[in-house]
Order: sequence, then structure tokens, then C-alpha cells
Amino acid sequence: MAMTETPMQRERAQTIFEKSKPGRRAAVMPDAGVPEPPLEELIPAKLLRVEPPRLPEVSEPEIVRHYNRLSRRNFDLDSGFYPLGSCTMKHNPRLNERVAALPGHARLHPAQNPRRAQGALELMWLLQESLAEICGLPHVSLQPSAGSHGELAGLLLTRAFHADRGEERTKVLAPDTAHGTNPASVTMAGYEAVKVATNERGGVEMDDLRAKVSDEVACLMLTNPNTLGLFDENIAEIAALIHQAGGTLYYDGANLNAVMGQTRPGDMGFDIVHVNLHKSFSQSHGGGGPGAGPIAVSERIEPFLPRPQVVKRTGDNGGAPSYDLDLDRPRSIGRLRGFQGNFGVFVRSYAYILSLGADGLAEASETAVLNANYLKARLAQGRAGKHLPVAFDRHCMHEFVLSGKPMKRDLGIATLDLAKRLLDFGFHPPTVYFPLLVEEALMVEPTETEAKESLDAFADAVEEILAEAERNPDVAKQAPYTTPVRRLDEVKATRRPVVRQH
Amino acid sequence: MLATIGVDSVADLFEQVPEPLWLNRPLALPAGISEAEVYERLVELAERNADAEREVCFLGAGMYDHYVPAIVDAITQRSEFLTPYTPYQPEISQGGLQAMFEFQTMMSELTGLPVATAGLYEGPSSVASAGYLAIGATGRSRFVVSRGLHPHSRETLATYSEGYGATIEEVGLEGGTTDAAALAAAVDTETAAVFLQNPNFLGAVEDVEALGAAAREHGALLIVAVDPMTLGVLRPPGECGADIALGEGQPLGNRLDFGGPSFGFFCGTEALMRKMPGRIAGETEDVDGRRGFVLALQTREQHIRREKATHNICTAQALNALAATIHLAWLGREGFRELGELLVRRTAYARERLAATPGVEPLHEAPVVRELAVRLEAPVDRVLDRCAERGIAAGYPLGRDYPEHQDGLLVAITERRSRKQIDALAEALAAAIAAERGAFLPDSDIKAPGGVR
Repeated sequence: MAMTETPMQRERAQTIFEKSKPGRRAAVMPDAGVPEPPLEELIPAKLLRVEPPRLPEVSEPEIVRHYNRLSRRNFDLDSGFYPLGSCTMKHNPRLNERVAALPGHARLHPAQNPRRAQGALELMWLLQESLAEICGLPHVSLQPSAGSHGELAGLLLTRAFHADRGEERTKVLAPDTAHGTNPASVTMAGYEAVKVATNERGGVEMDDLRAKVSDEVACLMLTNPNTLGLFDENIAEIAALIHQAGGTLYYDGANLNAVMGQTRPGDMGFDIVHVNLHKSFSQSHGGGGPGAGPIAVSERIEPFLPRPQVVKRTGDNGGAPSYDLDLDRPRSIGRLRGFQGNFGVFVRSYAYILSLGADGLAEASETAVLNANYLKARLAQGRAGKHLPVAFDRHCMHEFVLSGKPMKRDLGIATLDLAKRLLDFGFHPPTVYFPLLVEEALMVEPTETEAKESLDAFADAVEEILAEAERNPDVAKQAPYTTPVRRLDEVKATRRPVVRQH
Repeated sequence: MLATIGVDSVADLFEQVPEPLWLNRPLALPAGISEAEVYERLVELAERNADAEREVCFLGAGMYDHYVPAIVDAITQRSEFLTPYTPYQPEISQGGLQAMFEFQTMMSELTGLPVATAGLYEGPSSVASAGYLAIGATGRSRFVVSRGLHPHSRETLATYSEGYGATIEEVGLEGGTTDAAALAAAVDTETAAVFLQNPNFLGAVEDVEALGAAAREHGALLIVAVDPMTLGVLRPPGECGADIALGEGQPLGNRLDFGGPSFGFFCGTEALMRKMPGRIAGETEDVDGRRGFVLALQTREQHIRREKATHNICTAQALNALAATIHLAWLGREGFRELGELLVRRTAYARERLAATPGVEPLHEAPVVRELAVRLEAPVDRVLDRCAERGIAAGYPLGRDYPEHQDGLLVAITERRSRKQIDALAEALAAAIAAERGAFLPDSDIKAPGGVR
């Protein structure tokens, strides 16, 4: 497909360093207002820097223009549909940003005396209580910085729990559909990761699980609904098996957006749950963070929670309650990070919970599930139904997985090609090649944010791309055409990495 | 929509959830409220915090009240940076990827090490991640850690070590800096890594090169936590023999936010590149030969290598690293150095001013850049309360983390702390200590001096 270069393609990438000219600058320093002896009189010369770091020399207007131009080379959720499976790309209310920027939040020092940070600690406590109710577990630590940090926390809690009972267990089970972070966290926590197979309905293969459960198993990590978007109907039996064998049950909360106000991990028998505040609770993703991964736990895990823990203390003689950071937790696994967590994220997620309330959260999950099933049904029609069958054909929860295997065989275009062609149609593609057990997988999560019209438009685009591929598969194979750059050589970037400007 | 799906109601879709697990009641949370009401509720909470807009803040301990230029907010609040996911589709993520590449270059310049990752969660957990790398790189599992390393970093390293299986030996401080003889004695051929912090938690500048000799001699990694704002004036860790330089990134373009979100930075030698934690952006070309950027070395990562990954990090702190990138571009080559020099001189002034204050004496004599430790001749918590009454957060009490320094106070200086404010701090400390010691200076008569701010 012959195309002329778009204006953005003609504009070759130039870094801020390449725009640097000696002597240009943006910042104006305040006067020191104090004596200014040579630095060598204050710090021994051998400890001082000789050459300043080669930071760029640019004026403020140039900086603004540079980063504004860069921003236009990004696709973002505010510009279009972003059905990235297991990532829950839901709308980020701008109210979140406004309240997080209030000076009482944004300029509050983390080491401020708790007595002078009562509003912040109350907010954290209220968020803890809200997440405890949503998860159906009594205790929450807000400390973990993201989902994978929550996983690591959960595994360290599991280790502490077993050690407290004089046991040392070595294995952690997780289904083959698990997020990649699960096995990575297992290894970091010093355990051996053991895979459990998936059955024909997309759930845990019970016979395989039974065969692998033993007194060496410390924990089973499960996502429910799982990464196929399917709720594991055997969850009660799974929980019983693990608990009978003395293990803990860990819930990867990446898919919590499917079940808020519908069913709760605690009621399913889970001991530890992590919650991705940047997924279900509307913290923006920021191109790869920040996030936060609070954990909710059962009574038996509580003594080991990270410290400090936010606590509410009742007032003397009927006085107002106060909030504090409890460091005196002798059985705690200890800190997982500095200070008390990603507070700015807590503010945004608490604002979101206040806005939606009990009914709103339940409705968000209902709409997310409705949208996913509607889009799945739309994609079961026409060419998509023929070339992109759903991997496990049953009602899904908030996401579903298609297989591009017939498309690749019959039309000669791979899932990657379809994904790249979707870019030309103005859509972010679904998650591709995950979960690993589905060949040529496409994992689609529309979230409750999308109106029927955007779901239809996406289904129509897939139909059009498949029709186009029937006529000429090369169109998709060479795609994209209209993006700021076209297909990039990722192999080169790994074989001969250039990771900084020289 | 329901007809297309072929069901009568949304409830039918939830039938895959076994009935005994249905919640069957509303969540015990308040009903939703309007945007205006949410805003008011959060303003009420925020107003119960003594933030640095209302108090003169001398608190530091890893996070500092620097001025964040307006362009940082203006750019990071753009939807195109605020709302995308991790750049898995590089063709439509060039802005974020190029910003990561620029960030990596800046951090590499600051630390004097050739490879920087695109960022980790924050400071202390980056230290713990470095421990995991050290075990993998050396096949050893013993850490030697300076007591000058941030207490949160030491504790986080200990927490992670319970998991990946490492032992920790701590080396004390002598005259404010790491005890060099004790460090040399502690390092042996079983040592995976030596952990230092510069400036250390007491604000003292360490001789990293000299301390690192023991690590080099025994084949252990030298891991140095640094305050990035000091790297315009201090010799960079890469020139002092560090294998890894990392730290808390908050001083660069990130607000205090009661402790987060900020970011951690992580830089190292070429030899360690393929073992590093977190994303790394790399330069490449598209099919037409245009320059472009992608996530490089993804074969280290959890979504490809799973249990064999070099780390488990997925979502980290891209937007916070972008804020740092913009802040550093704004400061520029000259401004960054000037800011460092300003910190050194204001801190030197503060040290002199406080040393001349009755009831206050220096805790150590080692050189300092932007934070200094003093001893108070009165109970620190009570002195802090009295200073707070004057609208001054006088510093960080050392006693909680360093029982040997129950009388210690850590005072942080930024470009926002003027000479006038430093003078006001000295006066407030003098008055508070005098009052605590029962001298003839009734503190209840002392009012906040006008124009402290």
C-alpha cells in the first residue's frame, strides 16, 4: 500500500539533548542570600564534581514545545478506545487530579507528625475500610506500590504466616493463565513456581490441582475471573483443597473490576487480595505508572501486615477519634517501601469511591460485564466470528479472549498484524499473545467507560480489516501506515541496545 | 445489547458466579455523591493537614520541599501523558518512549553510570531490588550495609531479604560517616554487595571511593543510594567505583504527596544491564528507517520470562519520571549545578546559624550538602511541638530510627528555605529549648514572627 508520509512522520524524532545550545536556559535561581564561599571551603575537593552533568541547555518555550510535540506522538485513553485486556482502561475523572493537587495533600511532608496530618491519615483509614468491604476481608495495608508489589507482599506474608507456625514450605501454585508478574513475584519471594493446568471450561484443572497440592505448597495464586475473563465455578472447592493442605489463597485483583459489589474474594475463601488502584479505582496509568497495590487480608494474616499501619484510636471521654501510624507491630514482615505508600493515588481512588458509592461501584461492574459480553457477541458475527473465534465459548465477565489461529491460517495475517492495522483505524489494540495457552491470543477488555457506539465501531473496524485481508493480506502485514512511526525493529533494540543519548 | 448477547438481563451474565457467593446486598459504603460534594469532602480532609504551604518545612529524610516549576504540571497533566498505559504498542507511544529515553540519559549523566532504567517505584524498594540483582550477579547472599543508609531502605532490604534469602550485616557510623575500618573488616568473599548512601541519612558526605575499595577487593557490588539533587556538586557515584547508583527521585519534579507517588531511579554498569529491574527504553528504527524508540531488553521482564524474570515490576512510575525529566530540562546544565551550590551554601549558613544557637550543637562535623544533623539540649518531640506552634516544621527527629541519637534532629534545606526562614528556625529552636529548660523565656508570650514565609 503506497502512502505518502504524514506530517508527523516527516518530523523526525529529535531529543531534547539535540535541541541543546550552549548558554540557553529556563530556570532562574533565587539569590543565595547567604555568604558564598568557594565550594572547596565547605566540601573537600576530592568529593566534588568536576564536570557538571551534560543536561540539555534549552529555554522554557523550547521545553514546552518539545514535550507538547512528544505528547502528540502518544495515543491515550482520552482520545480513543483502549480495550487492553487485564489493564482496565477506564475513564480517569479529572476531579481526581484536582483533589490530589490540593496543597493539603500535594505539599504534605510524609514525615509530618501524625497529629498534624489527621486529614491524610483519616483518608487512608477510610480507603482501607472501603477496600476491606469491597474485598470482603477485614484488614488492609495500603503500602504496596503496584499490583506486583502487592503480590510480593502477599508471598512474604505467606512466608511469615507459615514460619510463625514453624513450617517452611517451598512451592507456590498458579494457573498457566496467570499474569507474568505472579511467577516473577514467586521467585523473588524465594519460592518455586508450579504451574497448574486449565480445564476445557477455562478454569483450574481440578485433577491437576489435586495432584500438585501437598504440605510443601505455601500458597495458590489465582485471578478470578481469570485472564480468560471467566469466573472459576470451582472456587469453593479450590479454596477448601488449599486450606486443608495448610496453604494460603492469594487473589490477584487485576480483574476486580468484574465483581465489585457482586461477589467478594474474601467470601470465596481468599486470605490475601491485592487491589490495583490504577485499574478498578480510576487512577490514571500515566504511560506506565504511578499505581498502587493495596492488600486486604484475613484475620490470620493480619499480625504480619507491613508496618506502619494506619489505625483509628477512639477519643478519650467520648472525644473525637484520632488516627495514627502504628509502627509497633512486632510480628510484621516490615516495610516494603519508604514512608506510607502512594498517597496521591489513595486520594484519587477515594474520590472515585465517594463519587460512585455502593450502587455506583456495583453498576460499574455490571456495565463492564455487559460491555464485554456485547462486544464478544458482536465479534462472534460476520468475519470475526469465522476467523477470530472466542477461546472459551461461554458468557464472560469483564473481558474475553479470542484466538487468531484461524485468521493466521486462512488469511495469512497474524494477531500482531491485526493489532497493527487497528492502529490505522484509531484504536488501541487489545492485549496480544496473552494468555499464553491461547494461540495468537487477543484479550479484549472494554470496561464500563465505553458507550455501545464505540464498541460497535471497534467491531466494525475488525470486520473491515478482515475483509481487507481477504482481498490483500499485505495491507495488514505492512501496517501501520498513519502512526508517527511505522513498525519498529524491536529485535535490534535488544541485540544492540542503545539506551541513552550519546 | 442484551438481545445481541442473547440474555434477558445483566444478572444472567453473572450466573457463572456460584449462587452461594453472590453478595445479595449493597456494599456497606455510602451512596454516591456529586462532584461538588466530593470536592468539598476532600477539601475538608486536606485542611486538617499541616502542609508546606502553611508551615515552613525543614523536614527531609529523603523527600524534600523543592519548588516544582509550573511547566511540570502543565505537561504532565496533558491527557496524552496522563492517560495511556505502558507503551506496549510503540508506534503509538513514541512520546512516552522518547521521554523515557531522555530520562535515562539524564539519570546516566547525573550518576556517571552508562545505563539507567526507566524507573522503579521509589527509593527504598529500589535498594531492595538492587539486592536481588546482586544475588543473581554474584551468586552470593550476604549484604554489608552502612548504618548511614536510610532506615526505610535498610528495613525494606531486610523485608525482601526474608524472601530471596540474604543476610545483612550492618556497619556503624563514626563521626557522622561510615566507619571505614569496620566496613573493610565486614566485607569478605561471601559478600554480594556493599550498600552506602551519599549523603548519608545524617546528611554527611561519604568518601564513596575510599569506602568502596573493600567491595572491589572482594568482588562484591558497590551499591550507592544517592540524593539526585546533590549530583550537581558531588562527585558522581560512577566516578567513585559504584556498580549501581539508585535512589529516591522525589526531589526531581515531584511533589511531596505525603510520601508518594514519586519514583526510584536505577543506574548501573554495562555489565549489569541485562540483569536490571524495570523497563528500559531503547533507540531503534522503523521499517522506513525513521528513528524510533521501543521497550528494549524485554526478555528480562516478567511478561516474557515469568518465573525467570530479573524482577517482577510491571506498572511503575512513568509519569513521575517524566516530571523529573521536565524539571531537569528546565534546570538545565547550569541551573542544576547552581541549585546544588545554593543548597550547599544555604545549608552551610544554617549549620553555622544553628551551631551558634543556645541549646543546639552539631551532631557531627562531616561535610554536608543539603541536610544537617544537630543535637538539642531539650526533648526533641517537645521542641518540635513548640516550633510547630510558630508555624515551623523544624525537622525530622532522629531518635525513632537511631536510638543512639535521641537528642538528634535532622534539618533539610531546599531553595525554598530562605535565610530569613533559617533565622526564624534558629530563633524558634532557641526559644523552645529555653522554655523546655525552664529558663526565663516564657514561650507563651512568643508569637510567630511576622513574615517568616
